[in-house]
Amino acid sequence: MSTAPAITICGHHAVAGRALFAPVALRIGAGEWTCLLGPSGIGKTTLMRLVAGLACAGRFVGEIATSDGKPVSGRASFMAQTDLLLPWLSVLENAVLGARLRGEAPDLPRARALLCRIGLGAHLQARPRALSGGMRQRVALARTLLEDRPIAFLDEPFSALDAQTRAAMQELAAESLAGKTVLLVTHDPAEAVRLGHQIVVLTAAGAHLYPVPPARTPRDAFAPDCVAAQAGLMAILRGQR
Amino acid sequence: MIRVPPALIAAALGLGLWQGVVWLAAPPPFILPSPARVAHVGWENRSLLIEHAGVTLSEVLLGLSLGIVIGALAAIMLARSERLGSVIMPMLVLTQAVPVFALAPILTLWAGYGMVSKVLMAALIIFFPVLSAFHDGLTRMPPGLSDLSTVMNARPAQALLRLRIPHALPSLAVGVKMAFVYAPIGAVIGEWVGASRGLGYLMLLANGRAKTDLMFACLAVLAISTVALYRLASWCLDRLVWEDG
Repeated sequence: MSTAPAITICGHHAVAGRALFAPVALRIGAGEWTCLLGPSGIGKTTLMRLVAGLACAGRFVGEIATSDGKPVSGRASFMAQTDLLLPWLSVLENAVLGARLRGEAPDLPRARALLCRIGLGAHLQARPRALSGGMRQRVALARTLLEDRPIAFLDEPFSALDAQTRAAMQELAAESLAGKTVLLVTHDPAEAVRLGHQIVVLTAAGAHLYPVPPARTPRDAFAPDCVAAQAGLMAILRGQR
Repeated sequence: MIRVPPALIAAALGLGLWQGVVWLAAPPPFILPSPARVAHVGWENRSLLIEHAGVTLSEVLLGLSLGIVIGALAAIMLARSERLGSVIMPMLVLTQAVPVFALAPILTLWAGYGMVSKVLMAALIIFFPVLSAFHDGLTRMPPGLSDLSTVMNARPAQALLRLRIPHALPSLAVGVKMAFVYAPIGAVIGEWVGASRGLGYLMLLANGRAKTDLMFACLAVLAISTVALYRLASWCLDRLVWEDG
């Protein structure tokens, strides 16, 4: 595993000739969580997909570069809002999907150990549909972690979970993805304030940094400075309507 | 209380209606024999019926194997290359506009009066339903899974084997179930055009000699075995293929 690089993105994106967002200049810090926050439909996911090298509608004009000059492709993992577990595979086989898809021999002992550590030890051979939503998303996190790649793209991975499961998953992810370059797309100010080393608010006017509270992540969402930050972010998001 | 399957109730109602029409209108037996008479004639000719049904059944099973294998392989080939698929698929749809009935004499001319032309006919008739159902499943990957496989740098062959094909198996199962219904039609058409054995041959023979009751008996045997085959195939497929949800 190489060290986590920083990623800079500079440019603008248009779909069918119409600008999706104003020109952005954005730096995703090395080994840090960058939370990309914005109202829905503003292009957060498109911006993430551009950086991740995934197909998206429209045309991007600009430059995406890493601090070490090597491409993002082959060094990233990806976690989406839906768990994307394969219903015909067991929990264990779902967790090692990356290695299987590359035709490599998966590290099964490591996968078993990780799944046990995140509380899925009793369900290694279960099919995903036998699991709760929170457990399924934990399997998806295990699959992301087992990729052991320096960059992680998280596209609203916790938004479909109930409040207490979401809080637990945020802590687990913050701990296990520490030291990696993470881009988290979210529409939830509380999530951004809890997890971000850097918060980027994407609005029609472009991407702007919002100051984060000084505490270490995952922060207490109910600490006074976090509550104030949430209120400030919410005001920006609502001002967009 | 014993639960009677709705299909049995429907069958009993149909037979009752048929028997009622025969009682009321009293048509000559060579126009419309009563179900009781058909059952009687069928029982009297049971060894004949079983012998010919066995021939048709072997043709159907061989045709099914051939058609399913070729249809599934063709679907995979077309799904692997988008360009190939976009060229070949419309051509295949065009071939479906040609009535298979019209091809039967040609197949008999090429493959003879034996079993081969019937097997080919059955395979030909099911090839497209299997191909199109499987191809549909193969090309309709959920976008999230494609993203996952892109970010994971999947090898194309592995993505096909571990993502696309398993994901499309329920679609293939739909096509295969349809094939079990269509394959007997193919075999019987083949037998009508030229054969010395099989239920289709026996039906033509009975028809020519105004043995309408025997013809109905053939039809009943064909219908019952088709339904039985379909139920068996559905039962197996529902247990073999993963379920969503």
